[in-house]
Amino acid sequence: MKARYLIPLGVFLVIVGFLAVGLKLDPKKVPSPLIGKPAPHFELPTLYDPAEKISPEKLRGKVWLLNVFASWCVSCRAEHRVIGRFVQLGLAPVYGLNYKDAETDAKAWLAQLGNPYEAVIVDREGNTGIDWGVYGVPETFVIDKKGIIRDKIIGPVNDEIVRDRLVPLIRKLNEEQG
Amino acid sequence: MIPEIGHFALILALVVALVQGIFPIVGAHKGWASWVAVAKPAARLQFLLLLVAFAALSWAFLQSDFSVRYVAENSNTRLPQIFKFSAVWGAHEGSLLLWALILSAWTATVTLFGRSLSPLMMARVLGVLGLVATGFLAFLIFTSNPFTRLLPAAMEGRDLNPLLQDIGLVMHPPMLYMGYVGFAIPFAFAIAAMLGGRLDAAWARWSRPWTQAAWMFLTLGIALGSWWAYYELGWGGWWFWDPVENASFMPWLAGTALMHSLAVTEKRGAFKAWTVLLAIFTFSLSLLGTFLVRSGVLTSVHAFASDPSRGLFILLFLATVVGSSLALYAARASKVRSHVRFALVSRETALLLNNVILVVTTVSILLGTLYPLIIDALGAGKISVGPPYFNAVFIPLTIPLAILIGLGTVARWKRDSLAHIWAKVRLPFVASLVFGLVFPAVAMAHFTWKAALGMVLAFWVLFTTVRVIRDYARGRGLGGLSLSQWGMALGHIGVAVFIVGITLTSIYSLEEDVRLVPGDHYRMGGYDFLFKGTTHLEGPNYQGTRGEIVITKDGRPVTVLYPEKRNYLTGMPMTEAGIDPGLTRDLFVALGEPLGADGAWAVRIYVKPYVRWIWLGALIMALGGILSLSDKRYRVLARREQRAMAGETA
Amino acid sequence: MRAVVFALLLLPLLTWAAIEVHQFDDPEQEALYKELIAELRCLVCQNQNLADSNADLAKDLREKTYEMIKAGKNKDEIIDWMVNRYGDFVLYKPPVQSNTLLLWGGPFIIFLVGVVVLVRFIRRRPATDQHLLSDEERRKAEALLRGEDEEKA
Repeated sequence: MKARYLIPLGVFLVIVGFLAVGLKLDPKKVPSPLIGKPAPHFELPTLYDPAEKISPEKLRGKVWLLNVFASWCVSCRAEHRVIGRFVQLGLAPVYGLNYKDAETDAKAWLAQLGNPYEAVIVDREGNTGIDWGVYGVPETFVIDKKGIIRDKIIGPVNDEIVRDRLVPLIRKLNEEQG
Repeated sequence: MIPEIGHFALILALVVALVQGIFPIVGAHKGWASWVAVAKPAARLQFLLLLVAFAALSWAFLQSDFSVRYVAENSNTRLPQIFKFSAVWGAHEGSLLLWALILSAWTATVTLFGRSLSPLMMARVLGVLGLVATGFLAFLIFTSNPFTRLLPAAMEGRDLNPLLQDIGLVMHPPMLYMGYVGFAIPFAFAIAAMLGGRLDAAWARWSRPWTQAAWMFLTLGIALGSWWAYYELGWGGWWFWDPVENASFMPWLAGTALMHSLAVTEKRGAFKAWTVLLAIFTFSLSLLGTFLVRSGVLTSVHAFASDPSRGLFILLFLATVVGSSLALYAARASKVRSHVRFALVSRETALLLNNVILVVTTVSILLGTLYPLIIDALGAGKISVGPPYFNAVFIPLTIPLAILIGLGTVARWKRDSLAHIWAKVRLPFVASLVFGLVFPAVAMAHFTWKAALGMVLAFWVLFTTVRVIRDYARGRGLGGLSLSQWGMALGHIGVAVFIVGITLTSIYSLEEDVRLVPGDHYRMGGYDFLFKGTTHLEGPNYQGTRGEIVITKDGRPVTVLYPEKRNYLTGMPMTEAGIDPGLTRDLFVALGEPLGADGAWAVRIYVKPYVRWIWLGALIMALGGILSLSDKRYRVLARREQRAMAGETA
Repeated sequence: MRAVVFALLLLPLLTWAAIEVHQFDDPEQEALYKELIAELRCLVCQNQNLADSNADLAKDLREKTYEMIKAGKNKDEIIDWMVNRYGDFVLYKPPVQSNTLLLWGGPFIIFLVGVVVLVRFIRRRPATDQHLLSDEERRKAEALLRGEDEEKA
């Protein structure tokens, strides 16, 4: 049997290998190109005190999380309790980014479900969201003391993600110099 | 009760398919006539059982039996009857049942028409088809059962997406499946021939009409999908190189190569091993398509809901079927060497080149479709591969292909000379240059070299085909041409028409989104579009707005179009575009959003020249396929072989 | 089950293309806009470009594209802007870089391989029987043929 007749079989098995790996991947998850880069600048008012403006530069020197949420987002509801529990760990503050939401809706939602956020930043038009590469809600970013984005969690945060991904990372980042 | 009968029939069908798969092949190997004889009845029984299962499911839909989960998820009491029926194949489970039914129908047809086949060959063919069916039915029953009950039954089903309530979508999947699944037949023939150790020209002659039939259905299926997308989705597009579209196009390309390769193997006994490989390749692409659509590994607007466990099952099935076929190929094909001689300049070479180009095209599309997955799997990033890539790769390859149509059809078998070929194509070549260059300058809005290239190629294919027909008719008149020859001619003319449609519509389409207040005129492409405002619309399960656009050309009335915007009660909005179809252009109007208190609307207006030629070309190609496979040559030879076979021992 | 619901909920996004009016004074800018929104991907859709999608994010990104074109940015600048935020995934025309070399080069390589295999296959065959008759054989052949004719006559 000539070896070259085995080539089709060989090529096919390679393809099957890739397809098998592909079954475990999510083709719709878009990894963030911002990881390792400085947090994009914004200067936005907060929900409860529009006169107060927050920017990533003001938050230098500490590790913090940005949780993108909205009252119209269904999966944000389930995530909200997990965020609350995380905040109680006291490892890092969580700032909420209220994305493309109405003021009254957001306030009502937080009143109903509780407000674990250090502050709620208002991105009414979604421009800051776009700058941060937000394409779906909820999303959560981890920013270090120097203002560099170190991780992005796509989709709702659950207890496993908190335990296996967030806590170890933030502990490590807390030890870094500011 | 009826769903239970259907369920039972489905399980029985699996058992029968298993018997059909194992007994004849073992029997043929061992020479046990009683085992071999199981093949035909098993195949026919499997078809009947699946017909019962499909009928039961259809009944459940038509009766709106919402105790069947699949019906509850895909139908609704207010759905018109015809769409209740087409909803049977509207989602994963039902469409798989349709797959299995069509496979058994093709198989049963082989038992009816394959009278000239030796019983051993027939047994092996049916055996292979039985094994494939076993895999599908197992997949159905164990992971995707359409008869699962929903208890307590739902009061009302989920409304079928309005998008799917359309005649185009009724016909498109069945036609597509007839094609995909049909390629299982030449596949089975190839495997059977390798199992039996006889790879001769007779095998090619048996395979050819089946291949042409499957190819014809697939051509129609793809064309229907494209046409449907064009008028239903409202963005004037007709092909997006979406992974699922590619999954149907790749078997078509490979099937085209297979058809041409079979022609050579039948006539000259050449390329035997290559044709076998192509047959395996084509059906593998069908199976791969099934995997891609249902596993969730690729993102597509067409994809069925995915489930990793289902994906794994299909992948294992795919790996087994194709892997064992290719292993068999590696073992047996090397022993078959065609000792057929032909010169460098010959029809054989032209057809080989045709195959090379078609296979390169197919593999390139496969590469582009799977590449994001490959890169992601390797952890090398996340990228998208879309129309810009596929167009950049596909279009240049069509140029040598079109040129080859002209050269290959005039070239002689075995040995020809460039001088002789040139003598035949000289006139068509000049004529196509002249017509091709003049046409865009004269008949279209402006001249572009791209349009000229496309038109030259289209005329080249047309004129060389005319030349070939003339040569065939010499001395015999047009009536003397065989159906097979007409089929070939029409197939190629269809390609020419297709090229015209694609070239002209891509280059000369006009599209604008404009803000129109009632009474506004908009001029485009020589037409005047007068927006006469909108009226409120009340439908059975929707509310909407209907616009009125009066179209005139040079003052003379052309038509009035009524695009609609509907909001269905279930919350799903739909656009019904207003289309004035024409042979040389389509006028297309769609309503966007209301823009202001003055009654202004955003309106999209298209003028699309020659867009219908795209589907017309596909239709002509399909017609060519039908003519070819009806050629009585197959039946005459079949009868002759049958008589000869009568003297043979089984 | 959830996947089914999710998939079905996404279908409405297909139902109509976004028909918006964007005013351009310069036809070149308009052409660039159309080109870009066809080449940029809608990230929340099941494989659609920005032009065909009715999703909110697609609308927002179309607006951004429009603004940037009006501000005089060229195609590369706009593409860079998008890629900086969303990565290469947002481009339907994959950039030519290290991880896409095989993609862009692939078809060409496959074509070359195909042609090489074809040429070797054809060359390996002896050309059609170039079995030339020697003079002796030719005379014998002619004699035989004449003999046959005489027999028939």
